[in-house]
Amino acid sequence: MNVNEYIFFAGFVILQFVVLATAWNILGGYAGYVNFGVPAFIAVGAYSAVVLFKSISAPLVVQIIGGGILAGLLGLMVGLLTLKLRGIFFSIATVAVVFILETVVMNWRYVGGATGLQLTRPPDLWIFDTYTRMLFFVMAVLAVCSVSIARYIQDSFLGRGLRAVRDSEEAAECSGVPTLKIKLIACTISGALMGVAGAPMPMYLSYIEPTATFNLNYSISALGMPIIGGTSHWIGPVIGALLLATIQQIVTVTVSNELNVLVVGVLLVLFVVLAPDGILGLIKKWKQSSK
Amino acid sequence: METILEVNNVVKQFGGFTALSGVNVKVHKGERLGLIGPNGSGKTTLINCISGAFTDYQGAIHFNGQDISKLKAHERTKRGIARSFQIPRPFSSMTVMENLLVPFAFVGGKDGPEQQEEAMTILRGMGLADKAFVQSNQLSQVELRKMELARAMAAKPKLLISDEAMAGLSGNEVDEVLDILFGLNKLGITIIMIEHIMQAVMKFSERIICLDAGKIICEGTPETIVKNPEVQRAYLGD
Repeated sequence: MNVNEYIFFAGFVILQFVVLATAWNILGGYAGYVNFGVPAFIAVGAYSAVVLFKSISAPLVVQIIGGGILAGLLGLMVGLLTLKLRGIFFSIATVAVVFILETVVMNWRYVGGATGLQLTRPPDLWIFDTYTRMLFFVMAVLAVCSVSIARYIQDSFLGRGLRAVRDSEEAAECSGVPTLKIKLIACTISGALMGVAGAPMPMYLSYIEPTATFNLNYSISALGMPIIGGTSHWIGPVIGALLLATIQQIVTVTVSNELNVLVVGVLLVLFVVLAPDGILGLIKKWKQSSK
Repeated sequence: METILEVNNVVKQFGGFTALSGVNVKVHKGERLGLIGPNGSGKTTLINCISGAFTDYQGAIHFNGQDISKLKAHERTKRGIARSFQIPRPFSSMTVMENLLVPFAFVGGKDGPEQQEEAMTILRGMGLADKAFVQSNQLSQVELRKMELARAMAAKPKLLISDEAMAGLSGNEVDEVLDILFGLNKLGITIIMIEHIMQAVMKFSERIICLDAGKIICEGTPETIVKNPEVQRAYLGD
C-alpha cells in the first residue's frame, strides 16, 4: 500500500495514548485515585519486553503478555502498599515508584543501564509490508482491547463500586463495597494495561533508555487526556487521547517537539478551570440546554 | 429478650485522648434504642466502632452471637449492620436509584430489574419514588436524609444505625423521618438512633443510653432519663 510511513509511526503513538489514558482512567477516573506513576508501569512493560527478547528471542506477542503481567503485578504491589493512603498521599507514593524503578534500571547493565540498549527488529512481519505497520496494527488491537475492558468495568459491579469509592469511600464501605479489594483490582488492571502499552515501545524505537522511558510527561498526558475528554465514561479518555495526541503529533511535525507538553498543559489548565467535566461534560450541558 | 448486639468493654483512643473508656451496651432484637449525650461524648465514635469504620479499638463487639470485632465495615454490612451518616454522604455522581443499587449489588450480589423494583418499593416507602432518577447531588437536605436511610435499607439490615438523621430539619421534616423510622422498626429492624433533638429521641426510643466523656452515665426509659440528675448535669452543667 502506498501510504506515507509516518502515518503509521504517528498513529502508533496516538493509539498508545488511547491505551494509556484508558488504563489511567480505570483507577484515576472511576475511583478518583490519581496515579502519577504511569512511567513506572510503561517502563516495566518495556523493559520486560527487552529482557524477554534478549534472553529467549520472545516474539512480540509474548513480550506484550509478559510486560502486561509484570506491570499488573507491580500495580498489585503498589496498590497493597499505597491504596490505604488517600488523596495527595497516594499520588506522591506513586511518583516515588517511578524514581525507585528508574534507579534500578539505571544500574542494570543487562538492559543497557543509563546509556540504553540498541535493539535489532526481527524480520517477522506477518502480512505487513513494514515492521512499523505491524506495530501500528498491534497497538490498534491493544487499544480496542483496553477500551473494551474499560467499558466492561464501567458497566459492571466493579465500576459501580469504584464510582461509589470516588464519591464517598466510607459510605461505599458501609454499603457493602469491599473498597480495598476493588481498588486493588482496578490498580492491577490499570497497571497491566499501561505495561501492555509500553511493551512494544522498544521494538518501535529499536532502542530503549531509562531517561525517556521514565519520563514524567507520560503521567501528565495520561491524566490530562481523560480529564480533557471526561473521566466519568469510558469514551472520555478515548476522545481526549485521540484529540490531544493528534494535536501533539501535528505540533511535533509543524512546530517543535518541545511544544508537546505545553499543548497538554495549556489545554489541561483551560479544561480544569472552564470545563472540569471535560468534553463529555460540555456535550451533556449543550444537550440539556438545547432541550 | 434476644440480644442482637453486644458491645463489651470497648475502649477507643485517638492518640492520648480516650474517646470511649470501657463502654458496655446490649441491644435487643427489634428494640428502638436512643443514644444521647453532649457533643464530644463519644456517640459517633461508638457508632463507628459498631459499624466497622474503626476496628482499632480494645474490647469486643458481638452481633447475632458472633464476634465481629475484627471485621471490616463492608463485612459487617453483609452481616446486617447498616447506617446513615451525620453529614449525608450520597454517591453524588449517581442517581438516587443507582445509590440504592450499590448495596443491592455488593450485599445481595444482584442489581437487575428485580432489585430495581425492590429499590423502587423502598423509595416509595420513603416518599422518594418521584426522585428515583434524579441525580443525588440535586436533592434537598430532607431528601438526602431519606435517601441515606433508603440506601441503608437496600443492604437489608437487621440493625439500622441512624446517626443524627434529623439534624437541620424542620419540625414537619423531623416527623416525616420519625414516621419512616417507626415504619422500619415495625418491619422487625432493630434501630439505634443518635439524635440531639430530644423530643424526637423521647418519642422514638423504648430505651435510652446517655454517654458523657466516653462513658455511659445512665440508661433507662425516656421517662427516667429526663429526670436523671447525671443527664441534666451532662447537658446543663453543674
